[in-house]
Parts: sequence; C-alpha cells; structure tokens
Amino acid sequence: MLFLIIKRILLGLITLFIVSLITFVGTEILPGDACTTYLERQAFGEQLEACYRRLGLNVPAYERYVSWALNAIQGDFGYSLSGEMPIKEVLGPRIKNSLVLASAAIFIGIPIALILGIVTALWRDKLPDVAISTVTIFAMTIPEFISATLLILIIAIWLEWLPGIVIVPTDVSFLELLPNIILPVIAIAMIMTAHMARMVRSSVIQVMASEYVQMAILKGVPYWKMVFKHVLPNALLPAINVVALTIAWLLGGVVVTEVVFNYPGLGRLVIESISNRDLPTVQALAIILASIYVSINLLADLMTLMLNPRLKTLQIRK
Amino acid sequence: MTEIIQKVKNLSIGFKSKKGEEILILRNISTNIKKGETVGIVGESGSGKSTLALAMMGYVKHGLYTIDGECEFNSSNLLKMKNRDLEKIRGRKIAMIPQNAGQALTPNLKIGYQIDEALQLHSDLKEEEREQKISELLNKVRLPSPETIALRYPHELSGGQQQRVAVAMALAGTPDLLLLDEPTTGLDVTTQAHVLELLNFIAKDTGTSMVYVSHDLGAIAQVSDRIIVMYSGEIVLEGPSRDILKKPIHPYTYGLLKSIPKLSLAGLPQSMPGSQPQPGTMHRGCSFFDRCDFSEEKCKNNSPQLEYLEELNTSVRCFNYKSLMNDSQINQTVNRIKTSLQDKEILNLSEVSISYAKQKLLDQVLNRISDDNPTVKDININIKKGETIALVGESGSGKSTILKSIAGLLRTKGGIIKFDQNRNLSSDLKERDPNDLRIIQLIFQNPDESLNPNHTVEEIIAQPLKLYFGLKGEELKKNIIDLLQKVRLGEFYMSRYPRQLSGGEKQRVAVARAFAAKPDIILCDEVTSALDVSVQAAVLNLLQQLKEDFGTTYIFVSHDLAVVRAISDRVAVLYQGRLCEVGPSKDVYQFPSHPYTEVLLGAVLEPDPDIKPKLVAEDIVEEKPPQKGCSFQGRCSRILGDICKNEVPPWQITNSGNSIRCHIPLKELQKDQIN
Repeated sequence: MLFLIIKRILLGLITLFIVSLITFVGTEILPGDACTTYLERQAFGEQLEACYRRLGLNVPAYERYVSWALNAIQGDFGYSLSGEMPIKEVLGPRIKNSLVLASAAIFIGIPIALILGIVTALWRDKLPDVAISTVTIFAMTIPEFISATLLILIIAIWLEWLPGIVIVPTDVSFLELLPNIILPVIAIAMIMTAHMARMVRSSVIQVMASEYVQMAILKGVPYWKMVFKHVLPNALLPAINVVALTIAWLLGGVVVTEVVFNYPGLGRLVIESISNRDLPTVQALAIILASIYVSINLLADLMTLMLNPRLKTLQIRK
Repeated sequence: MTEIIQKVKNLSIGFKSKKGEEILILRNISTNIKKGETVGIVGESGSGKSTLALAMMGYVKHGLYTIDGECEFNSSNLLKMKNRDLEKIRGRKIAMIPQNAGQALTPNLKIGYQIDEALQLHSDLKEEEREQKISELLNKVRLPSPETIALRYPHELSGGQQQRVAVAMALAGTPDLLLLDEPTTGLDVTTQAHVLELLNFIAKDTGTSMVYVSHDLGAIAQVSDRIIVMYSGEIVLEGPSRDILKKPIHPYTYGLLKSIPKLSLAGLPQSMPGSQPQPGTMHRGCSFFDRCDFSEEKCKNNSPQLEYLEELNTSVRCFNYKSLMNDSQINQTVNRIKTSLQDKEILNLSEVSISYAKQKLLDQVLNRISDDNPTVKDININIKKGETIALVGESGSGKSTILKSIAGLLRTKGGIIKFDQNRNLSSDLKERDPNDLRIIQLIFQNPDESLNPNHTVEEIIAQPLKLYFGLKGEELKKNIIDLLQKVRLGEFYMSRYPRQLSGGEKQRVAVARAFAAKPDIILCDEVTSALDVSVQAAVLNLLQQLKEDFGTTYIFVSHDLAVVRAISDRVAVLYQGRLCEVGPSKDVYQFPSHPYTEVLLGAVLEPDPDIKPKLVAEDIVEEKPPQKGCSFQGRCSRILGDICKNEVPPWQITNSGNSIRCHIPLKELQKDQIN
C-alpha cells in the first residue's frame, strides 16, 4: 500500500515535470518574447539588449528552464510582466478567491447532487424522476454564460438584491467578499449539480439492477436498509473520481463564469495573462493548475482504494 | 396425504412488447410443492424456469408482470402481497439460493455481516448468540475455519466457498421452503458434486422442501423426488423423478435425455433438431411441434392439454404419449466416430512451460521469463493429423492456457511447439507469418462475446476469407454461402446480426468462421458449455462431420468428461498445469487411472438416479502448484508419503498405451480403484 502511494506520487511528479517542459517549450516557440511585448515599438537595439540582460533572457533556453524550475519548486515564479510584481503575490489572493468560490459550490452542490441522483434513481420513471430529470437535463444544456447573464439581469438588475459583478479589490476579507460570490456560486453549482446528479442516478440504477440487490430483496431486507447498506456504498464509489475532477475544474476551469461576473479567481487570471502576453504568469498558472489536477486525482484514487475492499486486497496480494 | 406448502395456480407471467402485445413467459402453470419434498424444475434457457422459481417468492423481475393466477403460501397469494409482508416471508419462510453466488453477495459487506443480517431479520437471537449461530451455519455448510471466513469479503473466497456461504445465508432463517436457482452451474465438476451432496444432506437433516431449478438433468437426478419439465413457458411433463428419467413419456424429455452424452458410451449422442421457440412467436399448436419426432397433423393446430395419468402419477402435455409409453426405455443410439487417423504428426509440444508471473525489470530488459514454478510445466504431447485430443481438468488446471500458447496469444516460457515437424510456433502472434496464423484457428466458449455485434454474419465469415485468400466479389460470396451450408445454416443468414441468432446458431457461425481459414488445427475452448444440452449435441455432431470432411485436427478443451468421452480420440488430464494422464479415451475412462482422473470421473453427474457420484477427494482450491513432487499431492487420497511430496512421479504405461504419472504401481492402483 505504501509502495503504491509512493509510486503514484512519483508518477504525479513526472507528469508535472512534463507539463512544465511543454509550457516552457510552448512559450519559447511563440514568436516574440517578454521584452518585445514589454517594450512594444521600442523593442530594438540597446533598449532590447538591456531588457534581455535585466530579465536574464540572454542565456541559453535550457539554462533558463533549470533556474526557473529550481525557483518554482521553492514557490518563486519570478516577476509578472504586466504588474511588475512577484507572481507569488499576484497568485496568492487569486488562489484564495478561487478556493472560496469552489468550496461554496462544493458544499452546496455535492449534497444536492447526491440527493437528487439517489431520489431519481430510486423513483426511476416515476413522477419525482421525470420532474427532476427534466430540470437537470435543462440545467446541463444551458451554457453557463447564459445562465449567469440571466441571473445578473433578474437578481441584480431587476430585483437589485445582490451585486451583479464583483468590483472589490482582489484581496478583500472573506466577509466582504461573501455577498459577491452568491450569484457566481449559483451559476456554477447549477451546471455542476446537474452533471453529478445524472452520474449518481445511472450508477445507483446500475447497482439496483445487480444480482446482489435482488438477493438482498429475496433475503427479506427492508427497503431502506437495503438502499443504505447494499446499494449506496457500492453505487457512490465511482462518484469519488467524478467529484475530484469537478473540484479541480472549479479551481481553474470556471473561466467563463469568472469573466462574466468579473470575479478575481484563477480562471480569469489565466485569460488576463494570456491576453497580456504575460508569459511568466501563464507558465506559473499552468504548473499550479496541473498540480491541482494531479494531487486531487491522486487523493481520489487513494480514497477509492481505501473504500473498495476488492481493490484493497488485490493490491495487498500483489 | 402430506401437507402442501406452496400452491401455484394457473400462473401466467409476461411482458408488454414494444408493439403493445402481451407476451407470455409463463403460460398457465399449476403445481404443488409438498412438505419435505425436493422438486426439480428442468428446462433449457428461456423456458421460464427461473421466472417460476422467483414467482414462488412473490418476486417478479423488473419489466415483467403477473397476468393471471397466484402463488399461494400459507393460504395467502404472494403475488398480491405488500412488500412489508413479503419481507417477513422472504428469508424466513422461503429462502433463495442464487445461481451465481459471486454476483449475489454484496461486494462491500463481509461474509459474517451478510449472514448476521439474515439472522437479525429473521430470529430473536442476541448478539453473542448470533455470532455463535454464524459459526454453526458456516460449519454446517462445511467451510473451513468459520471464524476467519466470517471476516472475509466475498471476493476473497473461491466459487465453491461463495456458493456455500449463500447456502448458509439461506439456512439462517430456517426456511420451510428453499428455492435453488441453478446453484451449481458455473462450479467445477468436483465442487458441484460436493455442493449437491451438501444440499441432499441439508434436505434430509432439516426436512426443508426444496425447489431445484436447473438445465442440467444430471444434477436434477441427484437431488429430486419429483421433476417438472418446462418447455417454452409451459409444463410439459411432471412426475416422480425415477419414472421421468427412466421412462420419459413426453417427446421433448425423451429427446433431451437422448442428447446428453454419457460416460458409459463412447460416440456422439443423437441431437434434437431446431431450438425452442422465442416467447411471443408461438400462436397455436403444440410448442414442441417443429422439433418432435412423434408429431401428427393435429399437433400443428391444436395445443395439447396437461393430462394427469393416475396409474403413473404423472402429468403429460402430449397427444401421442401412449406411443412413447410402450417403448420409451431410452435406448441411446450413438453415432460412432469414424476416425481416419494418419500417422503423420501435426503438432508437437515438448517440455512446454508457460508462466503468468509478472516480469521483473531486469527480465523485461533481457526479454526473458524467470519463474521457477510456472503455471504450466513439462507438457509433452504429440498430436497426429486428424486426431481429436481433449485437454480436461478443473478451472485453473492450465488447459486454456495451453490453448492460448498454441494459438500464439501467450508466449511460452520454455519448450518448443512444433507444427508439421519443422515449423517452430513457440513465438507469439507478432512473430508468426500469416500462414502460421491461418493454420491454427480458435473457437471460443461464448459466441455472444466472440462475434462482433456490429457485423453481419456475412462480414464475420468474410473476414478470414479476405485476409488469408484475398477473395472478392462473387467468389467471396459463393464461399460464404458454401461455409454457411456446411454448418447447416441457410443463405438468408448472411444479412443477420449475431443478436438475431440463437445460441446454437451463433456457435455455428463461429465454427464457419474458423473453417473459413481452411486451418489444419482447430482449438475448441469449451465450445459447448454455454449451449443448451439439445443444441450441444447438434454442435458436437457438426464438428465431427466437418472433421470427417476436411481432415482437421481438433484440440478440445472441456471440463465436461462426458462430452470429452463423446468426441475425443485421446484425452490428456491436467492438474495445476501438469499432465497427470494421457491416453486413448477409452482407456482413460477405465481403471487404473491417475487418482485425479478418478476424482473427476467420480464427480460426473449422470441423469440417472441410480448412478451416484463418488466423492474421492476434498474440493480444496489450490492457488499455486506445489514447488516439488507430484502436482496432485495436496488433494490426493492415495498419497504415499514423502515420495509424493518430494519427487515428480514417473510415467507408467499400461498395456493399452495409457500413460499415468503416479508413484503408485499400476497394479495396486487398479486393485484399489475397482474395489
């Protein structure tokens, strides 16, 4: 078991290494570089040379990669071009904001998704299922920029209950941020909950049709006891991995929603730094998002392994 | 008269088709189960036997519904009962032992918990008493060390052990009626015989009534007092078990019994033509009309009623049963095998060993396999052209592994596989040239999985013809039609998809595909074990006919010794990947035998209540072959001592040319075994 964890962590590190290489090579191949972007029309002659020296761009690419990587491991990603400030300081509050948004969406979305999924599966083809399934499929199909815009129109503009876009400094305290995140959370949670509820539904239906559930019924196990003891533990195991992917997506992938609400999270930072050609920040973001995906997936796999007795023995036997 | 415990009255169960038609799975079934008796329900797949058994618990599968009739237990109709009340009957009064215990035990719950759950629901015992009771139950079903078994998860047990756990779970509620749905199908022969013996013991010990559902008349014969034969959703014959097996007065039962291969008879059993009609396709007349040897004009349009014959205590659904009554001793005629054995050797396995061990990094680099105790070891077999050689043994005996290596799907660790005395086939698929691939073809166990569901029969058979012979257009089509005719399928099958075919038809398509390559050797991996008995005989006959026409050599893998006896010229018995006995089939089936062959032969179930299985050895599952000595030392009842544990036994050859690998001298073996 321990061996397996170490092996998986090593594999994760290799993945990160490859990601860093790809982003580095990618930014190298792109025409132009940090200095040409920064100096714009003055990018020639003496000034350009000086800029190269200042940013250390005059040494060979592999040397720059090594020194960048060594610093990155220690948490130092260098300087952002647009703000001329350490990327570390740019990222800090953004990560915090993304975490706030993601955890709010998770705490609201996942319990609702589980309940809806289980209810629709247990009342399959009956009224609760038909009603909820229609709504979830509807929620899945509306793109988030439409639902977000509609939310702003109705709740912020017509009803004037909540702020429509977030116009606060990036580093405000949690309490000040709170009223601002309600609408983005609803917009994200809608689509996420719908997807997860569908997944849970099909997983529960599959287990309900299994021979061991039929056997439990024929053994005389009362319905709800059967659901909680024989069905749910087996049906929800595959959900762990889906939840993990959703969490990773919430942290870096909710770009559209963040842009619509002007929310200062990681997703929006990705878009901003790309359009500003702020390559050092793009590199840093790629590595950070990749680490989030790798580590959350690793955690999910380990959890599945712990909870599924079948996998546990298999591993021990090997 | 003994008390009736379950009364089934005019029961019809069915489903609505997409067109809104009512399609019947069970048609007007009436029968009674008496206290303390064991009733066998026998029928082919799709005959409705499982649906009937489930209805006896008040359970109707999703999608099906009760159209008419009732299942009466303690004078209340289970099919109309509320779930609340059913929960008090299921497991307590009526319990079920499922077909596939591996699937029927909840994977995330420990064995002990699953039995405890039944006890909690159906007894008033306190916690310590329940713990005591769990041990008792596990002991009763003869599981070793109950305390440790209770702490295990279902997947940590072998198939036979899982089935025993299911029995223990069913017994937990001390039910009055036990329903068994194919409880031994899917188990090894020896395990099956042991589980049946256990069930017989429990029936006697507890006085529980049992309903035993199976397609296997051999198993039914061992346990039942009374037999119900079902065909196409109807009862066609019902009566005392001995009469039904010895003097069946319904043509279907008669044909069924004739189509079962027997240990005592060499040669192929007669097959029954056709297959059971699909539910919903029958409209009038006798459902067995198409396949019946005794049918008349009136059978075509009139359905016979179930008629009770007082003097035989038997019910029969046939107009012509009288003609069978006078002459229904089953004189099993067999189609003798004509073998045109040539002296030419076609395949030679020498010192072959195969390993599944994971390669270590160093071995991967050096491209070698190092494993001092491989799964299969020391296989020496010479196969002559035109011969049918069978590899037999329980699951895990390495028989399929050897097939895979011959086919090139698995690399050998050592030894040489030689084709036609000079071509070396020890390499795996990637290194074989197209002609080497063509000469050896495989037919798989389950045609459902070996035929591509998105290809028509035409495309399936065309593939080898295009690949090996580059046929195109008219010529290709002509060849396909030709092959279909050879496997007795009409031209119109070309445009069908596998799902539109019955099990037997699918396997025929698989056979046609194998023969399309014009191979010299065909490897048959349990080709009939997924088929119904009546279809099995037809496929065996077909294989034999094709062999006579083409002079093909068969390597036939099977766990069913009676089937092997029917089709093969020579038999090789394997245990734990080591050969135990090799010889002409008539000699292998006679004593002296290797002690393992003796075990296998003893466990065969014959559809005859007078032939009981002999249980010679325990049905332990060994995970790995022993490091040294005889491979069978762990289970042998005739073990001599240290010599068996330390030295690999020598080959001893009998007068008739049968080789037995055992330390015990042949004379002594024979003397012991005949007594």
